[in-house]
Amino acid sequence: MTAGGITAEPSVRAAPPPDSGPGLRRYATGALFLGPALLMLTIWMVYPTVYTVVRSFFGVNGFNKFVGIDNYKTLFTTPVLETAIKNNLVWVAVVPAFVTAMGLIFAVLTERVSWSVAFKTVVFLPMAISAFATGVTWRIMYQQDPNLGAVNAVGRVFADAINPTGVLADAQPSSPSLVGSASTGMRLTTPLHPQGVALLGLTGIPPDSMPSGAKQAVTPKPAPGTIVGTVWRDFKPGGGKPGVVETGELGIPGVTVQLLNSEKKVVNTEPSADDGSFTFKGVGPGTYTASISAQTFAKPWPGFAWLGTKLITPSLLIAYIWIWAGFSMVVIAAGLSAMPRDVLEAARTDGATEWQVFRRVTVPLLAPVLSVVFITMIINVLKVFDLVITLAPGSSQNAANVIALAMWRTSFGGVNDFGTGSAIAVFLFVLVIPVLLLNIKRFRSEG
Amino acid sequence: MTDVAVPAPKLSERDTFAAKAIRFTMKTPVHIVLAFLAVLWIIPTLGIFLTSILPAQAFTVKGWWQIFSKPSLATWENYRMVLHNHSITHSLWITAQIAVGNTVLVVIVAALAGYAFAWLDFPGRDWIFLAVIALLVVPLQMALIPMFTLYNKAGLYDTVLGIVLFHVAFGLPFAIFLLRNFFAGIPKDILESARIDGASEIRIFSRLILPLGLPAIASLAIFQFLWTWNDLIVALTFGQNVQPITVAIYSNLRQFGANIDIIAPASFISVVVPLAVFFAFQRYFVQGLLAGSVK
Repeated sequence: MTAGGITAEPSVRAAPPPDSGPGLRRYATGALFLGPALLMLTIWMVYPTVYTVVRSFFGVNGFNKFVGIDNYKTLFTTPVLETAIKNNLVWVAVVPAFVTAMGLIFAVLTERVSWSVAFKTVVFLPMAISAFATGVTWRIMYQQDPNLGAVNAVGRVFADAINPTGVLADAQPSSPSLVGSASTGMRLTTPLHPQGVALLGLTGIPPDSMPSGAKQAVTPKPAPGTIVGTVWRDFKPGGGKPGVVETGELGIPGVTVQLLNSEKKVVNTEPSADDGSFTFKGVGPGTYTASISAQTFAKPWPGFAWLGTKLITPSLLIAYIWIWAGFSMVVIAAGLSAMPRDVLEAARTDGATEWQVFRRVTVPLLAPVLSVVFITMIINVLKVFDLVITLAPGSSQNAANVIALAMWRTSFGGVNDFGTGSAIAVFLFVLVIPVLLLNIKRFRSEG
Repeated sequence: MTDVAVPAPKLSERDTFAAKAIRFTMKTPVHIVLAFLAVLWIIPTLGIFLTSILPAQAFTVKGWWQIFSKPSLATWENYRMVLHNHSITHSLWITAQIAVGNTVLVVIVAALAGYAFAWLDFPGRDWIFLAVIALLVVPLQMALIPMFTLYNKAGLYDTVLGIVLFHVAFGLPFAIFLLRNFFAGIPKDILESARIDGASEIRIFSRLILPLGLPAIASLAIFQFLWTWNDLIVALTFGQNVQPITVAIYSNLRQFGANIDIIAPASFISVVVPLAVFFAFQRYFVQGLLAGSVK
């Protein structure tokens, strides 16, 4: 949570005390106050920085073997590390822009409602929670089974609307006269004529996946001008005869049965009843076939593998934006409230639309604040670690790799290669140096 | 914010009412969008809480939202188990030690340094402060390997002290920056009259600067407390048996799913303290955030 992109703010120039006595005493007082801080910064930050830079030119074991820039070559040629760099590029390209834009939109919108404090609190809440707990939270959200993971549960609502789950996901034909498969639908090859009977027996259906309400299978009596039939589970304990409707075998309700004419065009469609029976009425003379549409066998939507190797980075980005949108919103809202109101008023009085005011007045005036948020987010994203190591399961961590995680895994995650680990750390350091220089420049120009 | 959309011309009662009605209608989409976003933002946190009060076997069938149709499933049993789990309560204790120890040390060390940078005159002061600003963005990854080696030699590896000191050092640049800027804004007259009265620098620091700087110190303390309470990487690197709550739960993540009845309540417990701190001191937290990022 360190704020990286910092505008130095020495609004009041610190004045030296009028007379601090002789030079030695001034040194002594300064040393007394500054000593602890300088000691700690030297031991824990300055010394390690020098050490790591030097260490990055040596091999795995201590300073025994000078390897030149080999560790840096490893960094740019090992696939896992290359993935880390590429992923971090995606993070930098996506997150700062999204977080800044969302913060801006949220801040502008909350200004218009009376419950803005409640809204800000809710959106800001994730900032107080550890990235670690956020990882656990989103793992629960991202579970692949739509029964378990909230994200896919919502996805299933849409998936079912487009392509509903069929009543029978695993069925097989019970006799050779019924051909086809679950993906294409099944067709009865026996030709049918008016007053005919179509027996559509299916097997391979586990008892607990039978549709509820199934009753003993029954074949209706055929009448002139109709074609009747039964869709049933052609299996009973002990086996039974395939292709024959027997006592103890259940009809399958809710199956969409189609009647096709000799040109294989669907002329009639009927759902099966609870006892598996169906009746096509008003069938003219001719030869027909019956089929069960593929829809009946549609598998339930399996859900997106959010935590799998393909989607893990987008999943991480979503969770990360969820954390940081609140930060951006709060900082930008503070910038908004400090904005001169009369300028906005003047624009509105001149007849500018809300959009024009936003685009031409609000955003340009907020530009310094927006750039601070943007730069802070670049720094944060370059250092991202906790969320990735927590949210990405072990099997996806190679695919989810980022620079900070690669550094840790290389150095402490089993490989324990301090040479390459140091090189990765130095690479990360080099990436933040522009911001370091920017901070210094800002401080010097303002101070 | 007061509404400024219409510079309402006071004509008649009816116009005002019409204007109000129009404004309300125009705002309805904003209300709906914000309400939707608020729900979206609260769902994950709600989800982990509801998961934590469901029996483990319930989670193998259906997600946490089943509690809305079967509220009777809710149970505090998971929490009872977790709070009787010695390794978890012990790691909470470790977390508290790290967070409190770090917060106290950072505040003391940074306040002393902040005062020196703001109000003491000594050679090289501005250059040293510039160096502190340069250290602001140094990634802690730069220090993991050397300090790991050094800690092993110095006997600081796997100790609370070692973890605390690492946090303190990396908290200092921001802390010094924040406090120095705040202290520099304290009116000069107050300090000068104290100096003329012959007060020592230590006395000025403890009797004047600390009380006047309290708002900034409070912001800093909250930041530091949350930062170390929530830390994973430092404790993961420098601890083995000394495990704060984040590391303890992390080591359970490999079997994610089967042990959800431990992971979810333990995670939620680890979040309760930061949330309480956040709600109690929200104002200071936001102030600190703003002081660190914008004018």
